[in-house]
Amino acid sequence: MIPDLVVHGAFMLFAITFMMLLATVFTWVERKQSAIMSDRIGANRCYIRIPFTNIKFVAWGLFHGIADGGKLLLKENFTPATYDRLCYNLAPWLAAVPVLLIFAVVPFGGTLAPGRLVDADTFPSIAAGLHAFFGDRTYTMQVAGLDAGLLFVLAISGIGVLGTMLAGWSSNNKFSLMGASRAASQMISYEVAMGLALISMVVTYGTLDLDAMVKWQSGLLLGAVPAWGIFVQPLAFVFFLTASIAENKRIPFDLPEAESELVAGYFTEYTSMKMGLFMLSEFIEIVVISALVVTLFLGGYNLPYMTDGGFAFPGGATWSLSHITVVVLQVVTFAVKTFIVGCFQVQVRWTLPRFRYDQLMAFGWKILLPLAAVNLVVTVLLRWAML
Amino acid sequence: MTGRAPRKRYWNEPRMGWRERVYIIEVLRGLRITGSVFARNMWKWVTFRKGALTTYYPEEQRSDYSPNNRGRHVLTQRANGEVQCVSCNLCATACPAYCIEILSHANFDDPAHPKAPERFEIDYSRCIFCGFCVEACPEDAIRMVKDAPDLPGFDRTAMWGKMDLLMQWHPITNPRKPYPPPPPRAESQ
Repeated sequence: MIPDLVVHGAFMLFAITFMMLLATVFTWVERKQSAIMSDRIGANRCYIRIPFTNIKFVAWGLFHGIADGGKLLLKENFTPATYDRLCYNLAPWLAAVPVLLIFAVVPFGGTLAPGRLVDADTFPSIAAGLHAFFGDRTYTMQVAGLDAGLLFVLAISGIGVLGTMLAGWSSNNKFSLMGASRAASQMISYEVAMGLALISMVVTYGTLDLDAMVKWQSGLLLGAVPAWGIFVQPLAFVFFLTASIAENKRIPFDLPEAESELVAGYFTEYTSMKMGLFMLSEFIEIVVISALVVTLFLGGYNLPYMTDGGFAFPGGATWSLSHITVVVLQVVTFAVKTFIVGCFQVQVRWTLPRFRYDQLMAFGWKILLPLAAVNLVVTVLLRWAML
Repeated sequence: MTGRAPRKRYWNEPRMGWRERVYIIEVLRGLRITGSVFARNMWKWVTFRKGALTTYYPEEQRSDYSPNNRGRHVLTQRANGEVQCVSCNLCATACPAYCIEILSHANFDDPAHPKAPERFEIDYSRCIFCGFCVEACPEDAIRMVKDAPDLPGFDRTAMWGKMDLLMQWHPITNPRKPYPPPPPRAESQ
């Protein structure tokens, strides 16, 4: 009971810290990456000064995120003359909380056995203490080990549109309403294609549990290639990434908040940290989408040819590692993969121009959805033939 | 059929082949372009070179300002180093930003130029660098040079361009318009 509580508390703490930290880092990555790819320097004015000295730490502008957060917290909390105070105040939370919740089912590491964490030969007393406290319990490194993990992802990400709708509706502003209606139709349209892409992954892996999917991906394909989802289902990867960028309402799918048309779209009337929550949820969603892409398509927390016991190369060579090395390596691998996929999303955002609205809808319903459906049918047929 | 007119065709309408219609190929091409620019600039940054075209402004200024750039003002000087301005206030009158303040004083030792500015100050927090003062001046006493004043700061009262800044123009060393050497000074009584 108590050991479970300790471990799961640690997992929750890690998950929230991971998301918040990486989201803050991505505000910086977005600024810097866009600056560097357009021959600029980027934000670099914020610094932390050691008190009573003139030594300033600029750290390539990393502190701009902190300054932004502080500024948003201290701004005036303006409220428009709205008739629906409850929905107005509820909307930022409805936008931000589901995004945080999705990460609960994403495994950020393999199986953790805290009793075996420390090597018994080098630190015998610590190892004995740990083993006495935790016993032989093993935990999957995720906040909630749901069997229906992928269904949870789809269900919770569907709630996000509610926050957007409520924000636009209760702001009592035409720009907001316009943005909200665009957001609703766009998110619902692309959820269908995303769902179909995910179902083809479910058919491929034969499970809904995200951790089991990662385990499936640490196998081998044709005896040599790691059986990552991107190699098994390259089209589903493209569809899922596209649909989830559309879900996140970022360029080229940023119709709901198109600055040049709708001021800021559905959160026009929001100020201070309420607006900050919308912005933060966008950046957390980058992290969550990256984490999902990594889990579903890029081998999750495992490096190629890596399992919970160590490395097993296709030639037959094996390299077993100690438990703590594997755990640290898996967590770091997951973080690095998530970061790289997030950087790719930023690259896409700063490369492509925005769709026109009819193009957006046509792309979603006439191209993405049929292709995802065809992909699903082919997957099902192949799977059926292989069984 | 509703009687809807066909959409107007323009002579320069873009023609899209199948490559453009597939879209994903063009997306990848765009990503390759931006990615290669990013990689090139990032490689410069990590090898301790500058990977940007922009300047890190107050610490670093561009060296290639145009000679016609209206960067900041200078007060021209006579051959003997006295300020050429006669403090007629025409520049302050012409100034659309009302940012020129002149305090004049009388100098009867020089009967040709009895009036001269004691203080000539320009508020660079308000100046719009339009150059109207230069055009208004009947004495060619105020000009604009290409280098910018050291503007950035946290205190707007520190943004005044004062005599010490404006009198930095030394015509004797300016090769573009050499003055004759100053006459030998008369022995002071």
